[in-house]
Amino acid sequence: MTDLDSFRTEVAAWFEANRPPEPDFLLPESFMEVGTDQQFDYLRAWQRKIYEAGYLGMAWPTQYGGGGKPQAFQDIVNAEMTRQKVPFVPNTIGLNWAGPLILAIGTEAEKQRYIKNILSAEDIWCQGFSEPDNGSDLAATTTRATSDGDHYILNGAKIWTSLGSYAKYMILLARTEPGSTRYAGLSYFLCPMHTPGIETQPIRKLTGEYGFTQTFFRDARIPADCLMGREGEGWKIAMMTLTFERGATGGQAGGIARQALNVHDVLELAQTARRDGRPAIEDPLMRDQLVRFLIEDQGDRLTATRGTIPALCTERPHAIPLSQKLRTSEHRRRLLQFALTLQGANAPRWVGDANTFEGGKWQRAYFNSFSSTIGGGTSQIQANIVAERVLGLPKD
Amino acid sequence: MAALNQRIAFTDERSMLLETAVAFCREKSPIRAVRDLLASETGFDPAVWDEMTALGWSGIAIPERHGGSGLTLAEAATIAEPMGRHLLATPYASTQIAVQALLAGANAAQQAESLPRIAQGAIATVAVFESEGDWDLTHIGSTATITHGTARLDGQKSLVVDATVADLLLASVMLDGAPALAIIDTAALPPGRLRPESIIDETRRNAGLDLTGLDLPATALITGPAALTAIRDAGLLLATAEACGGIAGVLDVTVDYLNTRNAFGRKIGSYQSLKHTCADILVGLERSRSHLFHAATLCAANEPAEIALRMAKAESSDVFAHAGDRAIQFHGGFGFTWDCDAQLYLRRALWLQYSFGDAPHHRRKLADLLLG
Ligand SMILES: Cc1cc2nc3c(=O)[nH]c(=O)nc-3n(C[C@H](O)[C@H](O)[C@H](O)COP(=O)(O)OP(=O)(O)OC[C@H]3O[C@@H](n4cnc5c(N)ncnc54)[C@H](O)[C@@H]3O)c2cc1C
Repeated sequence: MTDLDSFRTEVAAWFEANRPPEPDFLLPESFMEVGTDQQFDYLRAWQRKIYEAGYLGMAWPTQYGGGGKPQAFQDIVNAEMTRQKVPFVPNTIGLNWAGPLILAIGTEAEKQRYIKNILSAEDIWCQGFSEPDNGSDLAATTTRATSDGDHYILNGAKIWTSLGSYAKYMILLARTEPGSTRYAGLSYFLCPMHTPGIETQPIRKLTGEYGFTQTFFRDARIPADCLMGREGEGWKIAMMTLTFERGATGGQAGGIARQALNVHDVLELAQTARRDGRPAIEDPLMRDQLVRFLIEDQGDRLTATRGTIPALCTERPHAIPLSQKLRTSEHRRRLLQFALTLQGANAPRWVGDANTFEGGKWQRAYFNSFSSTIGGGTSQIQANIVAERVLGLPKD
Repeated sequence: MAALNQRIAFTDERSMLLETAVAFCREKSPIRAVRDLLASETGFDPAVWDEMTALGWSGIAIPERHGGSGLTLAEAATIAEPMGRHLLATPYASTQIAVQALLAGANAAQQAESLPRIAQGAIATVAVFESEGDWDLTHIGSTATITHGTARLDGQKSLVVDATVADLLLASVMLDGAPALAIIDTAALPPGRLRPESIIDETRRNAGLDLTGLDLPATALITGPAALTAIRDAGLLLATAEACGGIAGVLDVTVDYLNTRNAFGRKIGSYQSLKHTCADILVGLERSRSHLFHAATLCAANEPAEIALRMAKAESSDVFAHAGDRAIQFHGGFGFTWDCDAQLYLRRALWLQYSFGDAPHHRRKLADLLLG
């Protein structure tokens, strides 16, 4: 047995023994829908427990609280969490976007200050990129950061701030150069949320859940050392953040960010759900659709494997990482849409209905699947990126 | 459902082979050469075939003791991908399919007789379809009857690829109620037995084969089910490889045009209904290639590969047919012409889609394999 094999056994046993008790309230599906204190406290405690057992940030440097091991160990943990369907860890923005960014380009002081508390969920992080008037067109950012001695004064508003209600820090894109437009003049901040003048206002989601906020900045003064890099480097750093967020670059601390329903769950559903008085899985058209999803799912998994073999990616080395979000998020959306179709006449039931399948989680999951086809750059923007950067087609 | 694995093994040997094949096909099969061959009688360039033989490709999967390179179907498929990309006109795929049949089902004497010839450049092919158009290779109308050591054949084969240039034909027949393959040396075939057929992919030459009353020594029959399964598997893998190459090739043709042609004062490639479609085709290409090299990995390791092969074929042939269809549309009026290369790829895509089973056929088979 190799080290990794015995590690897998150890991890499997740990999660079996330490899985938290089923709560008496509905857990959210992902870090983006954490909308009540009850949900938050439960998930934060779970993350801390996993970290203390040594199973988060396993490949991050030990001097900042990481495990200093090869990535393969963390991959095993992530796979095992998925397999056992244990609850997810809530601090995704810290673990997988802000954290790797700080480790990649942050100062020694920033690493000392932030990394360990990201892992333990002591400090929750959020992201302030999108604004009420500018989302896809991030370069149009208007939130201002005005230098004032050893402080910056923030004014403006961000929106769709996931975990905004619980975050202690925000990765923030703001305009430092008055009168500038587009990419130049933007700067990047590691902004403390508990600052007078910063206020969050929860926004209700299409499912009825909460989890993101509008975030207002009214003459909020933050210390000048919150600036990451130099003034004017904001765009570059924001783009780097997005490569972590979209999974196009490695270095994430790990853990899982959602309780994902996958194609195998849909297969199980197809055995219980009925159409025309028979199990849906016996309907020839449903079978054809199921097989299409299985082929696509296997195709994406195989593509992840192929991406690790450079000789099979020579022609367009960025094709796999840059298309990953588009491929997997659209697949999930269509898969979950189909999961409703499988339920036939029972499909339009909603969360709370006594006759709904598994508490209505399929309906909720379909609605929440748009979080990935919209959040983090919409599928249309992803298709532009693939067409322009991978295929070399002209910009719009 | 049994868990599927996601293994892809790509050895240094395969990666070197891929590089060589990419360069070879680019050099030997520029689109001008492809078009010149369309009108030729044999449909391929014997000089290029000789070079491929000299590189060891005709015998790539033939054991060294029979004069081959001693590699596997995975290497054979690796080379087929760039061939598909450049629409290289060649009896390569037919020959490889026949080789797999011989390796899987022929007895030692039959192998010793046929395989060294192929390694030295003899062209081989399989005659497994009939006019009914059934993709189940075990549904065979043709027959063989043995009397006193002689097998008398009867029936009509159809869609026999490269039949008119082949030295060896393997024709499926029913023998005592079970499928068998007759090894036919075309030199011994009476004249008029092959009737050229007109097919959609003009880079290929097909023929029907009349078996009526043909006598062969009974020792020329391959019995047992293994050979037909090997034909199906090799057919699926090589069609997938060609399709993957074809998707990349037609995507290049399309992207080039989108980067050149203007409409309303801007490059047509800046219009999202065109560029997003190209992005989707690329996504399909990435998935198809992953399926291809996974299926090849399982075939090379002699592991059960039916699910992987059917998935690979279904995905790649659907994507290729879609890419070819969109390539025509995205070239506008020019796309409607004989001179536009898009049509060559669409024709190839349709040929491949309907070879060895189209996507709906394989999805139905997969449903039984995966969903019970
Ligand atoms: C659940 C969820 C969580 C989120 N969490 C965060 C967060 O934590 N922090 C944060 O900063 N942001 C967050 N977002 C915001 C997200 O990044 C934006 O919603 C997204 O980038 C789109 O911006 P927008 O909402 O302004 O849409 P718009 O940009 O207004 O887009 C509207 C529509 O137009 C299309 N469109 C726009 N431009 C083009 C173009 N050039 N070509 C073709 N189509 C185009 C889009 O695809 C979309 O369909 C979250 C969003 C969601 C849904």
